[in-house]
This record gives sequence, structure tokens and C-alpha cells, in this order.
Amino acid sequence: MQITSPEFKKNARSALSDTQLQKALGHVRTGFIDKRQASVDALPEFDELRDSARAIKDHTLAHLDLYLERYEEKVKSAGGYVHWAETAEDARSVILDICRAAGARTVTKGKSMITEEIGLNEFFEKEGVRPVETDLGEYIIQLRGEHPSHIIAPAVHLNKEQVEADFRRVHDHLRPNRDLSEPESLLAEARRVLRSEYFTADVGITGANFLVAETGSSVIVTNEGNGDLTQTLPRVHVVVASIEKVVPTLEDMSQILRVLARSATGQDMSVYTTVSTGPRRPGDPDGPDEYHVVLLDNGRSSMLGTEFQDMLRCIRCGACMNHCPIYHAVGGHAYGWVYPGPMGAVLTPSLAGIDKSGHLPNASTFCGRCEAVCPMKIPLPKMMRHWREREFARGLNPATQRYGLRAWALFASRPRLYHLAASFAIPALSFFTGRRPRFRYLPFAGGWTRHRDLPAPENRTFLQQWRSRQAAKQEAQA
Amino acid sequence: MSGREAILKKVRGALGAPLDDAARAKAVRQRLAKAPTGVVPARGRLPEEERIALFRQMAEKVSATVEHVKKTGDVPNAVAAYLRSKNLPASVRMGGDERLRAMPWGRVKALETKTGPADPDDEVGVSHALAGIAETGTVALYSGVENPTTVNFLPEHHIVVVDAKDIEGDLETTLSRLKKRFGKGKMPRTLNLITGPSRSGDIEQKLLLGAHGPRALHLIVVDDGRIGNKL
Repeated sequence: MQITSPEFKKNARSALSDTQLQKALGHVRTGFIDKRQASVDALPEFDELRDSARAIKDHTLAHLDLYLERYEEKVKSAGGYVHWAETAEDARSVILDICRAAGARTVTKGKSMITEEIGLNEFFEKEGVRPVETDLGEYIIQLRGEHPSHIIAPAVHLNKEQVEADFRRVHDHLRPNRDLSEPESLLAEARRVLRSEYFTADVGITGANFLVAETGSSVIVTNEGNGDLTQTLPRVHVVVASIEKVVPTLEDMSQILRVLARSATGQDMSVYTTVSTGPRRPGDPDGPDEYHVVLLDNGRSSMLGTEFQDMLRCIRCGACMNHCPIYHAVGGHAYGWVYPGPMGAVLTPSLAGIDKSGHLPNASTFCGRCEAVCPMKIPLPKMMRHWREREFARGLNPATQRYGLRAWALFASRPRLYHLAASFAIPALSFFTGRRPRFRYLPFAGGWTRHRDLPAPENRTFLQQWRSRQAAKQEAQA
Repeated sequence: MSGREAILKKVRGALGAPLDDAARAKAVRQRLAKAPTGVVPARGRLPEEERIALFRQMAEKVSATVEHVKKTGDVPNAVAAYLRSKNLPASVRMGGDERLRAMPWGRVKALETKTGPADPDDEVGVSHALAGIAETGTVALYSGVENPTTVNFLPEHHIVVVDAKDIEGDLETTLSRLKKRFGKGKMPRTLNLITGPSRSGDIEQKLLLGAHGPRALHLIVVDDGRIGNKL
């Protein structure tokens, strides 16, 4: 997909004034957080499981080459094919070849962020293959020609009235005066429309939440059942997964499953956890005749051995964005690429380049909620800081910011000078505010004061206050 | 260089791992051989009766319905009663699973049982579970010659028969049962872990049952009179 991350500031501004979007984002601010908390509170071992899950991924990443080889061997012995794709382009062409060989005109798809990452739908359309998204949220945004705004709730930026309008526009063979005012009727209509697609499709494409090296299995975790119909009914099943999805054993999968659904939707377990191994066996009454796995690197191997390796533990639960004040304010599209929120702010620069996505690691208050809720304990704020450092080192931020930072560093690295300057500046600032300790306008800080007041400092510096309090304490003790 | 070699080379380079590092290979071999069990929640570690009660409680929490019957022979009548209560036609789809075939379906008058994979018009599918998992109210089903996967997903109503003695405390116990049956490292083509009926929250975060899979999941626990319907 076309990256618009360089336009983050513009995107964010228009998101803030988009009333439909702001209304829809209200559901994120409340729903996800409370549900996650309730399910975490009900499992005393949750934190222990986070440590266990983290250790599993760390071990796997340290031996990634060996587990990938073992996984491939097991897929082959179960009668499946493994295709290795270094880049998005490689993956697209492998998938197209499989579809061409199957004579595919229609391809159904389960929800998969990886196929968003490689821009599969746009590519298919250019090549004359019709992709049909079957996850309800993905289906809705496909009708709108949009991309997901959230990694587990792709249509979270929409309200039901917008979905109704799209269904009326696209499903024009249905009765025009039918009632579509409630989500129930919208869901029922999507279910009916998509039913026939599963049977028409020649190829079904899914992502994978895990690849299990012990057994050569791919695992999908879903709630709707569309992923299972997608991979069971067509003649060919293609799994598209990135290399860091591999785990050693089924027992390891079980550990991560316990933190995945709880962190994502607050469920103890998603409705369908499906472990697939190879194609239909002799005598099987259903299932695909061919089973392919496309293993995608697309920049991940370059994150290994760097300060960004921990990001490869990510299991795509979405908890970081569900708890992010920036995501709550601007939604997912403003981030301008496939992965929004804090995980996207770290991953996008790694995969698409910091030159295009420098704004993303800057779009954080470093409040730390993302790291606090991450089931894999990924130090997201620390990694955003690493990206800020790299951005600065490469001279990618604007000159005013760079000079500003330099000027600040000049003072900050010289404590005496800093205190001297502060002892002049702070009383001066509080003098100018008058009785209300807030600034409505401040030169050079228009970006802040245009939207909100700047609280004025107390009329003494922190250190001055500290000293006088300590002195008062000692006096009281004496 | 093929994509495979290129990716593996990049991974090894980034990790600073030589091609034939015996210690790394051994670590991987051992991990795969031992398949260590990690943290297993205490929740499911209960005496049988309480474990079965927890299974029911957790399954009902995710909107499945649960009933107990004494003997496998009672299952066809329970199925027929379920169909009547939901105003459904007297017809069910099931695989040729011998545990299901052994049940006296003929004793229920006018109940049609269709064998084989599901087709889009089937309203009710019946399956037999490998195991129930108490910690989450999950049923485990596997595919095979006599167990079509489509029965679990296409019909609007899915009825799953579970033997009370197969209700385990946690997922790990079920996985070791699976390994015993198929051999370690071997798997049925599809293992389905099903927790409640299908659902979606994709429109305004409002949770709705019956997305693409079954709208209703009904679990029939055969308990040999050990628990009964006193729960």
C-alpha cells in the first residue's frame, strides 16, 4: 500500500476534526481496555505467562534459522509446500503463480495483516484475480477501498450508518427498502453475501498467528469462522506468514495463546483456534488438495541482532494501540501505513525506512501504557527513542527542531548555566501570566497554544522549591 | 541464490551464528524433543466433578449451551429435543465417526441423519469431541476420514458430544492426549479448538453471535450418571 506516514501531521490534523471518526474512536477508548482488564484480573498467572511467552520468543529468535529449517521439513513431510520470499514483491509473485496454476479467478481471504503489508489485493486486481475479504471488518473496508485502521478491528474507525450506506451501494441486487439500521442486520447480510463466495473461490488465503516447528502446522486464531471456511472450502490453501511467527512446540503455542486473546479482546480464548497441517489426507471428505506456506522476510532479518530485535516478539494483539492516547486521538489511518499505534511506530521505520516514517516514533507522549500492557513485554517507548536518536543522527528532522534541541542540549548539559537561566526565566514567565497561571499564547510555542493553554511554571524553579522544602523538613526534625 | 538460502544466510549473519554450531543445534533438538510445559493456570486443576462443572460454567460464559445426558444412547433423543426447541427441521449432518454411528439414531422417529461433509443447506451439524478443556470451556475436534471439518463451520447450529471422562483441566493435557493418539510431532490435518459460537465485534464493537460460523453451539456431555443434571 502507498505509504502516507510522511504526512502524519496533516493526517492527524484532519483526523482530529473528523466527527465521524471521533465518534467511532469512542468505542476504542472504553471497550477494549475494560475487557482486557477483567480477563487479566481473572487469571492470577497472567504475568507469569507473559514472562514465559517472552522467553519462548527470545529463545526462538536466537535459533530462528534452525526452527525455520525444521518447520519447513515438517510441512514438506505432511505434503505441503514452503516458499521463501525475501521481499513483498517475491511474495506477491509466488502467490500469483500458485493462483495461476490453480486457474484461480476468485480468491477468498481470511484476515491477514501480512497480505496488507505486501499489498496483495491491489496486486491481484491489477493481475485480473478477484480478492474477496471475508472477515466482516475487512469486507467492509474492502467495499470502501480503504485499509484497516486497527490490526484486529480493521473497521473500528466506522459507524454503522456508514456501513449501511456501503451495503446499500454495493449490494444493489437486494431489496432497497430492507432494514439495515442495526449491526445485527448488517452482519446477517454480509454472512449471506459471502456464503456463496467461499464456494466460488479457487484459492483461500489466510495469515498465521503461529507456525509450529515441531509439527509443521500453521495456526489461525479467529472469532468469526471465516478463516476456517476460507481454508477448508477452496481447492488450494495458501498461508502467508512472516518468519518470526514460528514457535518450537504446541506447548509453546499454548503459552502464548493464553496471553494473546486476553490482551486483544479480553476473551480467555478466541472462538476458533485452528491448527492446520498439510493438505487433505487420503480418504478425507473435505479440506484443500494443496497446502502452501509463503514465508516472508521483508526486512525482519535485518532487525535481528539490533536494538529492534525485541519487536519481533510482537504477536499482533493490538493492546498497545488500544491503550495509546495518540491512537485514541487520531485513529489508525493517520499513521499512514499498515501497522498503526505504538507497535507501528517501531515497526514501520524498521520495514519501510525511518526517512519515510520519522513522525511515527515522535507521535508518543512516552506515557508507557503500551509497554505496561504488552503481553510480550516489548519495550516500545525505548525503541521509539532509539528511532528518534537515529532520525536525529541522520539529520532527518526539520532545522528548527534540530537547532531547538541543540540549544536545549547546550543548557541541559551544563547544570550551572541551566539553573542560572531557569532562575531568570521562571519568575519572568510567571510574571507575564498575571493572575491566571496559564498562557493562551506564547511565541515559538504556537503549535501547543493553538490547541490548548500552556500551564505557567510556579514562580520558583524545582530545585529552589526542593531546597526550601528539605530545609523546612530538617528544621522540623531539629 | 534462492530466497530460502538468502533468508537463512541473513538470519545467521544477523545472529552471528556459524552454520554448523553444534551447541545451537543441540538446544533446538532438545527443546523439540522435550516440549517443556510452561505455566499452566491452577484454574483447571480440580477433582473430576468440579472440573466438569467448570467446563460447563466457562462454556456458558461464552454463550454455548450445555446439557448432560447419562448414556451415549440418550444422545439422539437429546438432539431431537434440541431441534424441536429451536423449531428446526428434523435433520442433522454428521461425519461417519464411529462413536456417533454407534448411537441409536433409528430410535428417534422422523429424524434424518445425513452422513458426509456439510453442504450449505445443512442447518445442524453434529460432531464428537476428542476432549473438553475446562479452563476455557473449549472443545477439541480433529479432522479425518470420518470427521469432516465443514460440519463444524457451515451449519447454523453445531452440536458437539463430549464424554465427561474426556474433559481435561487445561490445554496442555489435551495436547498430550493428542500426541498420544497421533504420535509426537504428528498431527491430524485440522485440529479445531472451539470456544463458543462464532461472533464478530467489527461493527461499533458490538458483540454479535453468528458471524460466518455457527450461530449456536450446543454441548452434550455424556456423564454415565456421574454428574447428571444436578449442576
